Amino acid sequence: MDFTIAQLKRGEKAIIKQFSENDVPLKLLEMGCLPGNSVEMIQSAPFQDPIYLNVNGTHLAIRRETAEKIIVERYG
Amino acid sequence: MGKAINVSLIGNPNTGKTSLFNRLTGLNQKVGNYPGITVEKKEGLCKLSRTLKAHILDLPGTYSLNTSSLDESVVVETLLNRNSKDFPDVAVVVSDIENLKRNLLLFTQIKDLEIPTILVINMADRMERKGISLDIKAMESQLQATVVLVSARKNIGIENLKDAIANYHQLNTTPCVNASSIDPVYFEKLKSTYPKQQIYKLWLVITQDVNFGKLDRNRDLEDLKKNSFKIKSEDDLKRMQHKETVVRYQFINNLLKNVLTVNAAEATDLRTRLDRILIHKVWGYLVFFAILLLIFQAIYDWSSLPMEWIDSAFAKASTLVQNSLPAGPLTDLLSQGIIPGLGGIVIFIPQIAILFLFIALLEESGYMSRVVFLMDHIMKKFGLSGKSVVPLVSGTACAIPAVMATRNIEDWKERLITILVVPFTTCSARLPVYLIIIALVIPDQRILGGLFNMQGLTLMLLYMLGFGAAIFSAWVLNKILPIKRKAFFVMEMPAYKLPMFKNVAITVIEKTKSFVLGAGKIIMAISVILWILASYGYGEQFTNAEKIVTEASINDNLTSSELSQKIASHKLEHSFIGYVGKAIEPAVRPLGYDWKIGIAIVSSFAAREVFVGTLATIYSVESDDGEEETIKNRMRAEVNPILGTPLFNFASGISLLLFYAFAMQCMSTLAIVKRETNSWKWPAIQFSFMTVIAYFSALAAYQILNNL
Repeated sequence: MDFTIAQLKRGEKAIIKQFSENDVPLKLLEMGCLPGNSVEMIQSAPFQDPIYLNVNGTHLAIRRETAEKIIVERYG
Repeated sequence: MGKAINVSLIGNPNTGKTSLFNRLTGLNQKVGNYPGITVEKKEGLCKLSRTLKAHILDLPGTYSLNTSSLDESVVVETLLNRNSKDFPDVAVVVSDIENLKRNLLLFTQIKDLEIPTILVINMADRMERKGISLDIKAMESQLQATVVLVSARKNIGIENLKDAIANYHQLNTTPCVNASSIDPVYFEKLKSTYPKQQIYKLWLVITQDVNFGKLDRNRDLEDLKKNSFKIKSEDDLKRMQHKETVVRYQFINNLLKNVLTVNAAEATDLRTRLDRILIHKVWGYLVFFAILLLIFQAIYDWSSLPMEWIDSAFAKASTLVQNSLPAGPLTDLLSQGIIPGLGGIVIFIPQIAILFLFIALLEESGYMSRVVFLMDHIMKKFGLSGKSVVPLVSGTACAIPAVMATRNIEDWKERLITILVVPFTTCSARLPVYLIIIALVIPDQRILGGLFNMQGLTLMLLYMLGFGAAIFSAWVLNKILPIKRKAFFVMEMPAYKLPMFKNVAITVIEKTKSFVLGAGKIIMAISVILWILASYGYGEQFTNAEKIVTEASINDNLTSSELSQKIASHKLEHSFIGYVGKAIEPAVRPLGYDWKIGIAIVSSFAAREVFVGTLATIYSVESDDGEEETIKNRMRAEVNPILGTPLFNFASGISLLLFYAFAMQCMSTLAIVKRETNSWKWPAIQFSFMTVIAYFSALAAYQILNNL
């Protein structure tokens, strides 16, 4: 089982490895959410969705279902 | 008058691009639309030197040149079409220091088009506080571009930017990223097929659905569009776009590694502290609710005084005109048709301005994104997106910009549902109707220890009813619309900013102005038509009204003013509009209305705000004695022809409020919905279900309340 952004806990940091699906929206990449870049989980909204991230210096909100498709490796 | 060059301001949303635009142009700007589409076009003039002016175009905010919305395609079309009168001599890319990485993606794309480009780094005044330092010289040499540090907020660096623009012919136009590297063979082929064209431009044309045929007469490009350069499948092109983005970010990350240093110790900033409260699972919602409450109380409390002034000023003006100009149809038209009609629109200005003020503050401060974040999960359950909150909130000003604000909702089904339900939110055009009816049927008392005004609270309830109707119908539509959701949601969480007075003021003035002018035209036209229809008639009963009434009431001992009032009513009943009204009456009587309200309802299918103006026109035609009276007093005096009780009582008042809360009475919104959904099917569905709900809920309310 791959470890995804959705499993990160508050304050945890990781490096984006790959996407589990081919059909990733281009917009996500444009916002800096692409392999090799860092991601930090800032917090979840109430009901755990959506989630608030710092990706490569950009503050983003994405839905949990999207986060589950982004495979990462934790560090720090 | 010297020469003027074209400057395009381009940048990501939330970079302070508009603040910079306001700095450069001051009030010397105008807002219009791009021809044929509803995207807002902001342009203005800026004096660069004694001999040189710049014509500045503020393009819609975009994250890249890979378009996925109408707003974004405007940017691409402007940059690709050399024949357009807006084609820039200089492209100024606005970025902000905190999001430099992401902002540079767009910059590298524009730079590759070989247009003279300047990189502006905004909010430079924050660098020190954020522990950021930047090697501008190194950056300039690696990007082969001019970089200017500014702070639009603090008015720093604006003169340097003007100098850089003025020296536009010295700007370097060499591309900084080689996009061809993502597939050298393909790009080589492209280049040899169209040797005269700029290579990155060709690539953009191939990958995007840009309306090229219409704008660019260049035969090569039309030819290219037709053949679509069918070497690659759509999937391949998509993969190449992904690869391009990766290549660009590699370049950017390498660049910034060398020139940018961030001291991470400065981490606990304003963002963290405010987010802790504003998106907290309890405080977050409470704060949002409190803000809404404040807005609605403000709309009611702050605007009541100026509204009374406006109301009585127009009543006075009518009387003045009536008494000082020579009697005749023209004077009547002016005093009974045009002036009351105008009054019906001017009276909105205080409320609309207050509403736009709050919306501008919420957007400018960065708070609106937090609301989206808080609400997404809840909204998703109803088939909406968190981003639907923005249209639903700004729909309280006007449904038209709200429908356009749905463009950034990625999923088509969520977007469509938002468009269909947005007109349920209480737009400012409903306000005058609500305010006048509330003033008539709800007591002006303070409750809960004097904290809340009952009228203000009623208004808040009506707003909640509007939201409720929107949410509930969204839930129903989500269940019945056979469209597959392909949901993905991504949103930037911008930094918090203290709203800039100048930006907010310009927004409020511009929006109020365009609203009043737009609605004003319809209201004026309808007032004049109504006045003519109400002042003329045919047949015995109309032409001989005076004789008939005098003879009929010969034994009633009426004073002369009572008699002339009676004659005027009789004439009105037998005017053209009287006949139309009588024809409608059977349909509206079960709701508690008379034929005059019926006319007002029918005419407000053009636009809701016409309601008050229509009643004003009808009543002032009726009261021919030139006595000064406000609309409210006239309405209070109206009597139900059957029951003999006041026409505007609690039951009929609530029935009217419900009718206006639910009915789709706005031609302009229907036109926008047609344009945004690209078919008449959706506006037709929207019109029918809203009107049916309106009629039956008004019917039920009146029948129940009246028989209690």
